[in-house]
Amino acid sequence: MNFQLTKEQEFVRKMVREFATNEVEPIAADIDQEHRFPTETVEKMAKYGLMGIPFPTEYGGAGGDHISYAITVEELSRVCASTGVICSAHTSLCCWPIFNYGTDEQKAKYLPDLLSGKKLGAFGLTEPNAGTDASGQQTRAELVDGKWILNGAKVFITNGGYADVFVVMAMTDKKKGNHGISAFIVEKGDEGFSIGKTEDKMGICASSTTELIFQNCVIPEDRLLGAVGEGFKVAMSTLDGGRIGIASQALGIAQGAFDVTVEYMQQRKQFGKKLSQMQALQFEMADLKTRIEAARLLVYRAADMKDKHMKYSEAAAMAKLFAAETAMKVTTKCVQFHGGYGYTKDYPVERMMRDAKITEIYEGTSEVQKMVIAGQTFKK
Amino acid sequence: MAFKIIVCAKQVPDTNVIKINPKTGTLIRDGVPSILNPDDANALEEALKIKDKHPDTHITVVTMGPPQANDLLFECIAMGADEGILVSDRAVGGSDTWATSNTLDAAIKKIGEFDLILAGRQAIDGDTAQVGPQIAEKLHLPQVTYVEEFNIDDNMKDITVKRQLEDGYEIIKIQTPCMLTAIKELNTPRYMSMKGIFGEKKMTTWNAKDIEVDLNTVGLEASPTNVFRSFTPAPKGKGVILEGDTEKEVADKLLVNLKAKHVI
Repeated sequence: MNFQLTKEQEFVRKMVREFATNEVEPIAADIDQEHRFPTETVEKMAKYGLMGIPFPTEYGGAGGDHISYAITVEELSRVCASTGVICSAHTSLCCWPIFNYGTDEQKAKYLPDLLSGKKLGAFGLTEPNAGTDASGQQTRAELVDGKWILNGAKVFITNGGYADVFVVMAMTDKKKGNHGISAFIVEKGDEGFSIGKTEDKMGICASSTTELIFQNCVIPEDRLLGAVGEGFKVAMSTLDGGRIGIASQALGIAQGAFDVTVEYMQQRKQFGKKLSQMQALQFEMADLKTRIEAARLLVYRAADMKDKHMKYSEAAAMAKLFAAETAMKVTTKCVQFHGGYGYTKDYPVERMMRDAKITEIYEGTSEVQKMVIAGQTFKK
Repeated sequence: MAFKIIVCAKQVPDTNVIKINPKTGTLIRDGVPSILNPDDANALEEALKIKDKHPDTHITVVTMGPPQANDLLFECIAMGADEGILVSDRAVGGSDTWATSNTLDAAIKKIGEFDLILAGRQAIDGDTAQVGPQIAEKLHLPQVTYVEEFNIDDNMKDITVKRQLEDGYEIIKIQTPCMLTAIKELNTPRYMSMKGIFGEKKMTTWNAKDIEVDLNTVGLEASPTNVFRSFTPAPKGKGVILEGDTEKEVADKLLVNLKAKHVI
């Protein structure tokens, strides 16, 4: 067992910390207020290789590992959770399934532009009546004259309004339930494909969350990702990896809120002394710090297992469950320790608390993570 | 032939964090992160900008320090340098600027051919600004210090620089090979890239013997200068900001203040 980061991983943290401090943090409050997708930041992330970390250089990736990827999402989310999830959804939910399930032609066609960040990726599984319960999919795909025709709609799609490449699930055989789902690659501009409503959300306001609409959307036959009927497997294995990304985002939010609160408590005086000198608050902070560190170990372990090609589904579910609940707990406490100021938009903890909530919901709610963990526990 | 640049860099304690022990007058280095000296990052950035334009440019970063200075080379290569050389030997430890430039001079001679040497104006730990110019003298190179603008002709020979002075600037034309020292106004250093972090690192460590330096000219013993005492200067009194609606009003307030203090 080795709890030391490698030299590369340490430098990833140093690089992303500097990048986040200089490029992301200064605009985090503004893009949240304006609900503005930070295109300029995505371009900078692309320039420095943050959009393709855990993929081989032969496809234009950085040749890094999943712990480095987790550290990257963590450090971005430490100052701006919206920026963190842009990187996470792109990397885990679009690049990864194409890398893992794509044909050589699909990989050669899509990965260089995605991994270099020239193009942005998204993932479409959720529908109004089917989230984690994927078998309720109403989006259909039919093969007609050598072309797939998609009809239906997806909701809550992260990066939706700005993505160029979408990995989308659709029913190809309704009778077979989950085994009747297939995965497809859809491109912005495909005939019959459009972006619907943009959601007005509680948090991660700078991330673009939209509907995807397919009205007789026609795509070539070779856009099928994986085999016919393999879509559920593609989706579930993709979400396993995505959970490491969201767990990292949650970890970053918690750490960010904690760090600004440590600073605040060393400045703020009440009853003649600094908040940091009050033992009741010190003990609370000690608990939060310990919890954050425990979350970090779970997140990095899941990422490490993925790198080592071990089964990491349960580890990722545990990491996301614990990190998300940690983010919610830590940010709520941090707002409390800021008092009235923490409830205003003049301090970042207000935004961080709103941002934290989504980590308990998307890419499987906390309840779904418990289903995964319980499923592994009682599977025999 | 590829254009060859040598960048001299130093790993320094982050002086934004560092404190001086008031009793001993020495730096408290415990827990202080080491960083790439900021002016040296500007020197490297200028080299990288040349390489952006002329991709066959070869950049070698050279540094002197303890083994952990390899982290500096790692960072410079992750930013885009081609290779790094660390001169590390107990024999060169404790060197002052003269002894340091003797060491780096020897290392650069061992590297061999080059067209341009770039260094930071000064390191934030010693603030001497002497090592760069000393290296240039020892290598018999023309040099320009305090460079805030740099332009190299497409012939890769003629360089025009703007040199910052306290009360103005000079525009200087110079030809390669030469040595320039960079200040922060020169550019904004780039970040490391992910590909740079995970890519191959060509890093070499040389000892005193490798660079064939005269051991009587390096290290603490050979250094002609010694630090007599370090201390934190007593803080000056707080400044006063005078406000008013008109310039005259502010000027009046200033006069009253100066008279009260018997300055005028």
